[in-house]
Amino acid sequence: MADKPTTAREMAQVETIIGRILQVGVIFSAVVMAIGLVMFLATGHSGYPGSTMPLHMGAILLGTWQLKPFAIMMLGVYCLILTPVLRVIVSIYAFYKEKDHLYVAITTTVLIILIIALVIGVYGK
Amino acid sequence: MGQTALIMLGVGIFAGIAGAILGIGGGMIITPILTLGMGLNIKYAIGASIIAVIATSSGSTIAYLRDNVLNLRVAMFLEIATTIGAIVGALLTGVLDPKYLYLLFGCLLVFSSWNMYRKLRRGQEVLQRVEPDKIATKLKLNGSYYDKAEMKDVDYQVENVPAGFSVMFGAGVASGLLGIGSGAFKVMAMDTFMKMPLKPSSSTSNLMMGVTAAASATVYFFNGSILPTIAVPMALGILVGAVVGSRIMQILPSRWIRIAFIPILLYIGGQMVFKGLGVHF
Repeated sequence: MADKPTTAREMAQVETIIGRILQVGVIFSAVVMAIGLVMFLATGHSGYPGSTMPLHMGAILLGTWQLKPFAIMMLGVYCLILTPVLRVIVSIYAFYKEKDHLYVAITTTVLIILIIALVIGVYGK
Repeated sequence: MGQTALIMLGVGIFAGIAGAILGIGGGMIITPILTLGMGLNIKYAIGASIIAVIATSSGSTIAYLRDNVLNLRVAMFLEIATTIGAIVGALLTGVLDPKYLYLLFGCLLVFSSWNMYRKLRRGQEVLQRVEPDKIATKLKLNGSYYDKAEMKDVDYQVENVPAGFSVMFGAGVASGLLGIGSGAFKVMAMDTFMKMPLKPSSSTSNLMMGVTAAASATVYFFNGSILPTIAVPMALGILVGAVVGSRIMQILPSRWIRIAFIPILLYIGGQMVFKGLGVHF
């Protein structure tokens, strides 16, 4: 228990850094989703034929550039999906800064598994 | 169109508040509402609910990190188990009949209500042993949190790390398979097995749910399971709800909220089990 005060203070700093970055990520994706939704409700058009939607990153980015509501909404959702990943990346940096090597290793392992999952998601199905 | 958006926004706010407080994620609430209430195909309901889980997690974690409620090391260590589980679960989805998904989902809800009832009976306790657990000490998992309801710092210890790790793997599989955060499993792993107090368990579960869900969400995102007209207004509602809920959770004795939720979970869970069995009312 001797190292507890240091550990607690260290964790508070780590948590503050992660919390701030996470907040930025969440607000950004919320704003993108809201813009897309408002455009969709205002125009009544998704920008795509029937009930289809863009399902490839290229199509989503192109559609966003062309200001198609569904593309912007999907981009916002994708950004939201990435916020926990962002949180993990920032955690590695925060633990590294506090010289907690054990948790740099643990968090890096989580990130690698996550990247494998993302790759399976894009190319697997 | 605008009406659907408004309904989803409202559903989202409700699910976000409830999910943030209980640490169970919006999925448990969203999926039944979408399938039973709005007649949406379970495929799209699962897609929407996995987005709900991420929104609940990220929305509530902002406050839980700032107010020092959750245990970041416990979360990071256990995430190894949940992310591997989530990949396994997501890859099993196309293989299974929705009927079994309903059954499994219903049983999960019934199970989690029973779990809540048990916690209610037992009351809250904080583990303080003379000899701390070896693995927990080595991994620096023991922590403390500030309880706004009791207005004091609460130190606690963690034990049974391997058991908690195993339950977390199961929680990951369930998450990938059903599109839920399986927060009930996560809270159970920390609260029941690892003897963490309820508030850190719930908030740490919230944090972890996002990472677990992100692992399988990309699968759903690119296979067309996510309908933007449903998912977007719902996610926006949830973000608002989760921010509010993460503040309410800290000042409320969770005992009250638990009492309110036991019958709700039991009711929805029972209905889905019957649907899975092919019985209609």
